[in-house]
Amino acid sequence: MGKKAIESVQQSIKPPIAQVGLIGWARTNLFNGWLNSLLTLVMLYILWQIIPSFVRWAFINSHWISTSEQCRDSAGACWSIIPANIRFITFGFFPHDQQLRPLVAMIILVVLLFYSQNRRHWKKSLGWAWMIGLFSMGLLMKGGLFGLASVESNEWGGLPLTLMLSVFGLTAAYPLGVILALGRQSKMRVVRLFCVVYIELIRGVPLISLLFMSSVVFPLFLPEGVTLNKIFRAQIAIILFTAAYVAEVVRGGLQGMSRGQFEAAESLGLNYYQTMRLIILPQALKMVIPPTVSVLISAFKDTSLVVIIALYDVLKTTQSVLSDPKWMGYSAEAYIFLGIVYFTCCFFMSNYSRRLERELYTGN
Amino acid sequence: MNDKADISVEDMASSDAIIEIINMHKWYGEFHVLQDINLVVRKKERIVICGPSGSGKSTLIRCINRLEEHQRGQIIVDGIELTNNLKNIEKIRAEVGMVFQHFNLFPHLTIVENLALGPIWVRKVPKKKAEETAMYYLEKVHIAEQAKKFPGQLSGGQQQRVAIARSLCMAPNVMLFDEPTSALDPEMIKEVLDVMIELAREGMTMIVVTHEMGFARSVAHRVLFMDEGKIVEENTPEEFFHHPVHDRTRLFLSQILQ
Repeated sequence: MGKKAIESVQQSIKPPIAQVGLIGWARTNLFNGWLNSLLTLVMLYILWQIIPSFVRWAFINSHWISTSEQCRDSAGACWSIIPANIRFITFGFFPHDQQLRPLVAMIILVVLLFYSQNRRHWKKSLGWAWMIGLFSMGLLMKGGLFGLASVESNEWGGLPLTLMLSVFGLTAAYPLGVILALGRQSKMRVVRLFCVVYIELIRGVPLISLLFMSSVVFPLFLPEGVTLNKIFRAQIAIILFTAAYVAEVVRGGLQGMSRGQFEAAESLGLNYYQTMRLIILPQALKMVIPPTVSVLISAFKDTSLVVIIALYDVLKTTQSVLSDPKWMGYSAEAYIFLGIVYFTCCFFMSNYSRRLERELYTGN
Repeated sequence: MNDKADISVEDMASSDAIIEIINMHKWYGEFHVLQDINLVVRKKERIVICGPSGSGKSTLIRCINRLEEHQRGQIIVDGIELTNNLKNIEKIRAEVGMVFQHFNLFPHLTIVENLALGPIWVRKVPKKKAEETAMYYLEKVHIAEQAKKFPGQLSGGQQQRVAIARSLCMAPNVMLFDEPTSALDPEMIKEVLDVMIELAREGMTMIVVTHEMGFARSVAHRVLFMDEGKIVEENTPEEFFHHPVHDRTRLFLSQILQ
């Protein structure tokens, strides 16, 4: 018996059939022990009860493009509510003949977002592209120049409003949150106190109350004759609110940094700003990507709260369709559609964050 | 002992001081960590500081570039006194290289970026020039082939050599070493010590906190022994190892040289 013989024997032995394949998988994951077997059977029964009837409702008996009358006669889902009202759901009260404009604005925004995903594209030219993009989006929405009819901002609504509130809200809240987190760690007492008070105050109240303040209380303090746009005020409230949460997440990252990193940076002669910008923040922010994205995702969903100050974001426009007598009663379909819209956005965010984490991984 | 020929006795008398510590005290709260420290380090001089843990030796060298603040007395580095003046502190830190026990490389930057960072941002050297300098020093610590890797991909000994090269890129006048080999696996200690010995040969002013007595013997001009926040004994390596004066020194040596 040489070494070769032993090797060939080892190669020819396969794992026992009960441990691999479908049977093996089911055994280890579904039927290991009587309790788990019982739970599996109960779950299977429940799924068997739910899924076929859902499939029948959603796909087999359903209507996709029809009038509301046709829907009334069938037992299935009436998805027709979406295509029939898609323009109102998407654009709200934006003048009907002008709705190409918000559509183009949204496309610009989405294209810019997608292009900015790749970190290799982060150059000066991208900054200019955003400037031009933002300007043309503003122009498209507001009009009044270059022969575009002027549209008052109280007619804005639907998906563009949701996207605008969240994209600008999140991009402004993130740096503000970082600054607040740094301020909370500052050696200067006044700065630290201000940041702590700010963060605790904002976190201590619900977003709804901030939105109310911005729309009802805040105008009382403005000098007479001065008015601030309602969307703008809501936007500020969202930024201030989200920043406080981002600040606390970032603070966690800063506290997780080892003393040695500060010392190494300082011993090279880097000053405070260089130390933070070059050494500490890149590492601390990377460390807290997962919780930061959680905060940003929930902030994105929270923009739907602007309904309470009568802004018509995409949730509100969908709800308004449901109050149309023709489409009353199809709320399940409408909300499932909305859920898919929100989910798509959130899924992209969390996907992107995972990609960033992977790209930034440096073997530590 | 040939290594030490580069600095003769007359030389030492005539060459001027680069670090002066005069009646320096430091407290951590109520705890008196450093008590009445007096030390003059001349240019090109190499000093090894040893002593039991908690004796204040790390704290002492960390005071020299103000990673720790002293409360009484004076520390003068290269003619500049260390006070609360931030500009002066940054200036001194740029002139004084520091190597840490745990390397403290920047894990999010590649090796060559780690090295070029200081020159680019503190000395305002153009990026290309800084990277050339970085490569020169990486050659010097025999690790140029790792330039594009991240610190996390290197062994401890390699990381510490990178850390030494990073300090050298700033062209410091003095190098401080805070237990540079204590966090290393035994087989990696030599590669780091070798780099330090080369550095000594080139005439770098060095203050080294270490328990590597072989290194002290072959490289140091003076050995300082610290205990309970005081410099207890100070002598040439020959005298220090063969004729220690104080009981505590003897006890320490007997423990460490076993």
